[in-house]
Amino acid sequence: MNLFTLFISAMLINNIILSKFLGMCPFMGVSTKMDSAVGMGLAVIFVIFGASILSWLLYYFVLVPLGLEYMELICFILLIAAFVQFVEMFIKKTSPALYKQLGIYLPLITTNCAVLYVAMDNITQEYNLIETIVNSIAVPAGFMLMLCIFATMRERLNANDVPKAFQGNPIAFVVAAIMAIAFSSLAGLV
Amino acid sequence: MSENKEKKQGFFSQLLTQNPVFGLYLGICSTLAITTTINNALGMGIAVVFVLVLSNILVSCVRNITPEDIHIPVYIVIIATLVTIAGMLIQAFTPSLYQALGAFIDLIVVNCIILGRAEAFASKNTVGASAKDGLMMGISYTLGLLAMSLIRQILGTGVLSLDNPFNNTQIFALRLLPEGFEIPLFTTPTGAFLTFACIAAAIAAYNNSLNEEKPIKKGAK
Repeated sequence: MNLFTLFISAMLINNIILSKFLGMCPFMGVSTKMDSAVGMGLAVIFVIFGASILSWLLYYFVLVPLGLEYMELICFILLIAAFVQFVEMFIKKTSPALYKQLGIYLPLITTNCAVLYVAMDNITQEYNLIETIVNSIAVPAGFMLMLCIFATMRERLNANDVPKAFQGNPIAFVVAAIMAIAFSSLAGLV
Repeated sequence: MSENKEKKQGFFSQLLTQNPVFGLYLGICSTLAITTTINNALGMGIAVVFVLVLSNILVSCVRNITPEDIHIPVYIVIIATLVTIAGMLIQAFTPSLYQALGAFIDLIVVNCIILGRAEAFASKNTVGASAKDGLMMGISYTLGLLAMSLIRQILGTGVLSLDNPFNNTQIFALRLLPEGFEIPLFTTPTGAFLTFACIAAAIAAYNNSLNEEKPIKKGAK
């Protein structure tokens, strides 16, 4: 598969939030302010990129030779949890300022379904290492793009008069629905 | 006063206001993704009940011997093992369901409801209470899925149908909307978001009418 096509379709057309519904929890929780949206987006890009490549290596160099493919779920989730923990400790040591900014979001990433999904998807789609790297950058990039667009919209939304029952999350879902219509028209790109 | 009200609310309204999906906004990912048909919703619901009850029981069993520092990894390994078992059972006995749910079976591992209940309830309570809590949470999650899929399937395809996943025979199919009047939008992601927004707003409105003085419950995560 053409790498550029893969990148565009993973980032925009099969956008992880609007067409696969993954990572909804941080999407709803963090998208109220632009600053936190950017922080969360960067943290997710880094974790998905690192964790997917490590899982790919783990799968093809450890699990396949040992015939333990059915253990992938348990191994991947442990690897992701360990990786997030490691990143947290690393950032804490090297850059306390960045740690303060990202601090609360890092542990949350372990339970972000997008991370596990990308790691498993690279295996089920039988991507090679280069395609895995491209896919693992494109998917979280799409996530961050969505998060930032959505954060700007929600900041505007605060100034509007929303019916009482729709206040908070329900109106955010209506906004997401309209965004999904807009993004579905990109399907003709590839 | 609030205690009286809670007693009056009863089982049904507790299912509505304390619903993990629409009240607390947990486990939204799978709710939005797999509720295109009732079949998928039921299959997913049963899988989640299975994992949730067993994980609550196991977490409750090991709660006194788990060191505080590593309790999250321990819980995740327990949950991942149970999800692997559930996935293998679904693949072996109902291959069509396995195809339809796809990656979302594996993603039960990161469903916030399961880890959330393990952390908030099972790690502090006895085995029996934890099993009951898992069952209740699982059932209200399944009801949330069913509500979503009913609306989406009827509006999106016009047909209400149920298949037997074990041998792929149709149990019943009922055309509720005449041909040409279905709204295919509701089977797409857009429809999922819209349906969810409307149900969540309806429950918030019900919540508000129950006690006006209480502020609206904001999403936990």
